[in-house]
Amino acid sequence: MAVCIAVIAKENYPLYIRSVPSQNELKFHYTVHTSLDVVEEKVSAVGKSLADQRELYLGLLYPTEDYKVYGYVTNSKVKFVIVVDSSNTSLRDNEIRSMFRKLHNSFTDVMCNPFYNPGDPIQSKAFNGIVSGMMVQTG
Amino acid sequence: MESLTLSDVEQKYYSELFVYCDTDNTKKVASNGRVLDLFRAAQLPSEVVLQITELCGATRLGHFGRSQFYIALKLIAIAQSGLPLRVESLNSVKDLPLPRFVVGKNEAEARHAALYQDADSQGLYPAPGTALIPRPPGRGHQNKKDVSDLLPYDSQPEPTSPVISPHQSPPTSPHSWRKHKRQHSGGNADRQQVVAATGAVWTQFREPQTGDVTGDGMWSSHSPPPPLPPSQESWVSFTADTPPSSTLPAMHPSSVQESTTIRTVASAATTNEIQRQSSGYDDPWKITDEQRQYYINQFKTIQPDLTGLIPGSAAKEFFTKSKLPILELSHIWELSDFDKDGALTLDEFCAAFHLVVARKNGYDLPEKLPESLMPKLIDLDDSAEVPEPADEVGYSASPVEVTPNKSPSMPSLNQAWPEMNQSNEDTAIVHPVPIRMTPSKIHMQEMELKRTGSDHNHPTSPLLAKPPELSEETKLPPSMKFVAANTVGDGYSSSDSFTSDQEPITRQRSQSGASPDALKAVAPPPPPPRPQQSHSRSSSLDMNRTFAAPAAPGQPQPSAIAFPPAVPPRPLPTQGVPAGGAGLTTTSPQQIPQQPNFADFSQFQAFAASEQPSSLPDIDKHSEAGQVHKISEGAGPLRAVKSDGPADERTSATVNSAKGSSGPLAPPPKPVRRRLKSEDELRPEDEQIGPQKAGAIAAPLTSQPSIPRSIGKDKKAIQASIRRNKETNTVLARLNSELQQQLKDLLEERISLEVQLEQLRPFSHL
Repeated sequence: MAVCIAVIAKENYPLYIRSVPSQNELKFHYTVHTSLDVVEEKVSAVGKSLADQRELYLGLLYPTEDYKVYGYVTNSKVKFVIVVDSSNTSLRDNEIRSMFRKLHNSFTDVMCNPFYNPGDPIQSKAFNGIVSGMMVQTG
Repeated sequence: MESLTLSDVEQKYYSELFVYCDTDNTKKVASNGRVLDLFRAAQLPSEVVLQITELCGATRLGHFGRSQFYIALKLIAIAQSGLPLRVESLNSVKDLPLPRFVVGKNEAEARHAALYQDADSQGLYPAPGTALIPRPPGRGHQNKKDVSDLLPYDSQPEPTSPVISPHQSPPTSPHSWRKHKRQHSGGNADRQQVVAATGAVWTQFREPQTGDVTGDGMWSSHSPPPPLPPSQESWVSFTADTPPSSTLPAMHPSSVQESTTIRTVASAATTNEIQRQSSGYDDPWKITDEQRQYYINQFKTIQPDLTGLIPGSAAKEFFTKSKLPILELSHIWELSDFDKDGALTLDEFCAAFHLVVARKNGYDLPEKLPESLMPKLIDLDDSAEVPEPADEVGYSASPVEVTPNKSPSMPSLNQAWPEMNQSNEDTAIVHPVPIRMTPSKIHMQEMELKRTGSDHNHPTSPLLAKPPELSEETKLPPSMKFVAANTVGDGYSSSDSFTSDQEPITRQRSQSGASPDALKAVAPPPPPPRPQQSHSRSSSLDMNRTFAAPAAPGQPQPSAIAFPPAVPPRPLPTQGVPAGGAGLTTTSPQQIPQQPNFADFSQFQAFAASEQPSSLPDIDKHSEAGQVHKISEGAGPLRAVKSDGPADERTSATVNSAKGSSGPLAPPPKPVRRRLKSEDELRPEDEQIGPQKAGAIAAPLTSQPSIPRSIGKDKKAIQASIRRNKETNTVLARLNSELQQQLKDLLEERISLEVQLEQLRPFSHL
């Protein structure tokens, strides 16, 4: 389960960021921010030649001693970042992918809402519900 | 104190209120507490209330005398209609609506409402059902008309819909109906009754209006009777604080008690309403028929086709008029847009509208869409809420009967597919087949594959399926070929990548039966194009150098035609080999569809046999096919030479077979070399490969027998050819060594790159 989930807009400001509250939230904010660089690097590395079939799932961005950071980019350059606890070793790549897929789906639903202006912070309850479902249950 | 002229209605109303406030029964002074409560119930900002009290002189006096009270009430009415508070306006403003008070004044209001009902209903509205409806509006109806001028609402043709904005509609729709009836004498009495009853229900729902009348008017901009609301408001003072059910019965009994005949009728209506309401309270989200009709009419105003969709933007505009906060509207949208398509069907629209009405009336929004509001479709939601079997609503208008969870929208769908493919293949990559490289390499390649996504998929798995990529190598050892092609496609990946790749590749590989050999063949070629180019250059140069001269006397045309790398092979055959060409030509039809290797093969065959110059034409045909040919041909001679060297004593058949097996073109030099190394293994492989090869082999074989004959016939010629062969042999050996050197260099390069990659991606293994 994720420890922190963030949605970053195309202009690299956060649309939604939520972490397991028991831990230091600021640390996660910082982690997500630094992961943006890695995302950029990955995106630019792949994007030039294969713009059509660029992989949306970026995989593990970088690991630290405590946790691992996974990234995912949509075609509209909206980035999803999931921070997972390193101790949770059983998380397979597929599970991370499915988490991203769910995130993307519910993000699309938020976008479809005509009352949502792109660029606003995401305040959808449905989206929150999905994210809660993915967060670490404890704390 | 300014003199105050009140209309009769106002007089009555005010006196009622005064009596209500006159708790001490002084008949003179309204108690401050009550008055203040009343003023608070007027829902005006506190500073306005202060201003009013000042203006009316109560602050001066310290209490509310009757006149002050009246003045205050009038000022409240003024304030509620949005006019500036002026003492002068007390008398100047004509046709002012009665002030409204919302909270806690049930009994008083009910009482005087009843009074008004008595007064007005009889005169104007025969329909008993309408008795409940605030009568003062009837009187004040004209007032409202004037007031309506103040309200900026989009005029909508009156006859279109007797429907008004939700929070007003319930109360106002009866008015509109009445008005409609009066003016157009159309009126459906029944509707009126129903609507009236509904109106009663809804009025009780009325949330304390924070907005003033004008605001309401705006919201109901699409309906004719914005004027009505104000009047209505005056009557509607049901508390929204207490649960409607409680108020409803409370109100009605009270009203019933004071009933006149109309009252009794009204109470009857209300009891009906109560019943309906109570049943509604079993399911508070149930949409009543009249409500639904109202919603449908509203839907029509936006989208005439009842089976059509309202686009999100139009719906947004519409619901924004309700003055609910955007966040709540957003939540309502999320609840009601069931199929998540960004548009509202009739069902969804009704649900959304109903939620808006409820919210306006003080209900909290539910977390999930209530059952009764579910669109009347097959609900595929895994929450398993059963769609209510709506009676009139056959609107399976909603086009998409899709699980909300499942396919939210196109973008997500689209991107889901490649993802799924990816993941499928990722999961499919359970265990790479014979991986000889270190696991890290495999992982790296996997990462690479994942990163580049389907691109890898294409080159890798469909390699076998995509001979065209490899330009003609369709039939011959596909495994070999695509191994080479793989390397072409992927700079990094060595054979490992293929082995660790998706199953098809491994399958193919296994098919090719090339276990170690294929792998060996696969392993070497790092970036095939690169080495190829260099190779081609070098080889061509070498070959050119070495074979240019000999080629000259030979068959220049093939060399001319062939590309540089192709040159070497050509000279070889020319050097020595007379015509096994016949045999070759016979096989050429087979060869042409096959890989150019066959050409090489045949060349070598001819070469080895030193009797097949005609192989050159075959070579030409093949070489013309593609660049790869050159290299392969270049490799071919190499191979041939090599094989010739060690295998002179062997039958040419074996040599041929070996050559044949060395099908793969892509990085010809390398695979070739590999094959050379493992000729023996390749041979059996070749035998497996296919009839074509057999055919090809057969062809040279057939040509072989001719050799002894020729030898027998012309020893000198044979000796000459032997000499030529030896020369070619040395040349090829030199070439071989050079290529080996290149191979080593490239391997080193590759290793260094891989190391770098590892460093850059320390997390490659997961």
